[in-house]
Amino acid sequence: MEKNKTKKNKVLMAGNEAMAEAAIRAGCGFYAGYPITPQNELIAYMAKKMKPRNRVFVQAESELAAINMVFGASAAGVRAMTSSSSPGISLKQEGISYLAGASLPAVIINVMRGGPGLGSIESSQSDYFQATRGGGHGDYFTLTLAPWSVDEAARLVMLAFDLADYYRNPTLILADAIIGQMMEPVELILRKEFKKKIPKKNWALTGAKGRSPNIIRSFFLKEGLLETYNEYLRKKWNNIRKNEQRFSTYKTDKNKYLIVAYGSQARIVREAVDILRKENIKVGLFRPISLWPYPEKGLKRLAKGVKKVVVVEQSLGQMVEDVKLALPGKEVVFLGKAGGGIPQAKEIINLIKRNR
Amino acid sequence: MKKSFLLPKSLKNVDTHYCSGCGHGILHRLVAQAIDELNIREKTIGIAPVGCAVIAYNYWDFDVSEAAHGRALAVATGIKRCRPQNVVFTYQGDGDLASIGIAETLHSANRGENLTCIFVNNACYGMTGGQMAPTTLRGQKTITTPLGRDPESGDGWPLKLSEVLSVLDGVCFVARSSMSNPQGVKETYQYIKRAFINQIEKKGFSLVEVLSSCPTIWQKTPIDALRWIEDEMVKEFPLGVIKE
Repeated sequence: MEKNKTKKNKVLMAGNEAMAEAAIRAGCGFYAGYPITPQNELIAYMAKKMKPRNRVFVQAESELAAINMVFGASAAGVRAMTSSSSPGISLKQEGISYLAGASLPAVIINVMRGGPGLGSIESSQSDYFQATRGGGHGDYFTLTLAPWSVDEAARLVMLAFDLADYYRNPTLILADAIIGQMMEPVELILRKEFKKKIPKKNWALTGAKGRSPNIIRSFFLKEGLLETYNEYLRKKWNNIRKNEQRFSTYKTDKNKYLIVAYGSQARIVREAVDILRKENIKVGLFRPISLWPYPEKGLKRLAKGVKKVVVVEQSLGQMVEDVKLALPGKEVVFLGKAGGGIPQAKEIINLIKRNR
Repeated sequence: MKKSFLLPKSLKNVDTHYCSGCGHGILHRLVAQAIDELNIREKTIGIAPVGCAVIAYNYWDFDVSEAAHGRALAVATGIKRCRPQNVVFTYQGDGDLASIGIAETLHSANRGENLTCIFVNNACYGMTGGQMAPTTLRGQKTITTPLGRDPESGDGWPLKLSEVLSVLDGVCFVARSSMSNPQGVKETYQYIKRAFINQIEKKGFSLVEVLSSCPTIWQKTPIDALRWIEDEMVKEFPLGVIKE
């Protein structure tokens, strides 16, 4: 009965559309974007669905304009989002740094494609460093969530708005072309995963009526002021690191080998795990959902006692650095391909077998 | 004795950080005075630029946001679209508005964003020490055109952005004034007020370009700086209403 009910509520959607719909359901009041493949379905969906709901949609003249429009909308106290793909996200980095500097919430979706440069439009996970190390100038981080299915992409977008508002910080969805383009059943309900109470936006610019003026700024010229502000940010980062680590696991009981992968790559790893388990090779999957903060507590726990940790990425080796940082002394083997190359289940299986 | 020249409510009574003879002080006041006169202080949101006026919020007594260099009109677009009931304006210099932010300027104007834009043209980058601006005059010496701006050798010509904007359908009002004399200050005030009224009446994009002095960078006395506006700048940037 319960199962049938769930099935009924599911619709078949592409990841890009599901993320757009999730944003609308999460109360996104402002969206600005600029065309770039492979995220064009997202901007098209917003163009179609925002205006009839009295929400704001703007096709911006550039990625720079889009992220700065989001800055303005967020400063006005409205839930705001933009989306793009790798080269476009590079352009947005200035704005993301300003958002973090001004303590403004915003959701930014990156449907990753290959790089560097104009790269290609094939799927890739090569923006991990950019996403998890701030990306722009200055000492800051963006909360970063990586979905591995269309359904989870929708869920994480909803969560991202809550995280952004709660911490007053830009939050990134790091999807890839496979997640953005593929169609899967998705349950379109507003899921309240974030349980903490989100404070009212008393800081928003609404006009100084009956209160002293509100100022949105990231500029602190007077000696010592910026240092004080950065110390406030340090506390925020530590708080996020403590509270917002997310991950999931697959078949990790009594495993000798732990494979770490995220996003679409984790699905391929799951397939490899299933095949290896059938051959009685004890292997499991650790899948980070939050890439920043990195789920190091969970990884440490699950890697305890395993012989080797294998990291698989659609990059030349980016997340693997966080795995090594979390697991000093542990043998870590890396398998990665970039520029549209995707490590296949067969290669993962062979790698595990070679490392037995 | 009755005081007739009062501090506008929208302006804080604080010391200035601007150089002597700088135009920003007067222009900050004109903006504040127009906001007071139109009784919109409680619903006004200003966008401060990057440049000497980056801390304009230290002077204005209403809600203000900063914006990245050149992005003020994108930030203003985000705010105004979300809060059309508010009055939103940007205050930008020539480098901010006409160089690094020219795409945002042109496209906000072309979309007919219902915004007010105050464009301060002092023909140089003041805060960074006096480099060539898009509006630097021909022959004008700056630290990046030590021999004077030479269009023939690749420095380009003074950019007349107001004239460019005036041909766009989304733009309802463009005017250029000078603060080099009391008459010009009065005219500037009238233009600014009109640009705000246009927004209140939902007429679209309004821009007021104000020729303003920078005696420090121009290496002139405040009086000579005002004379230079009248003798030189006005020849390149003619005054008056360009579009209405």
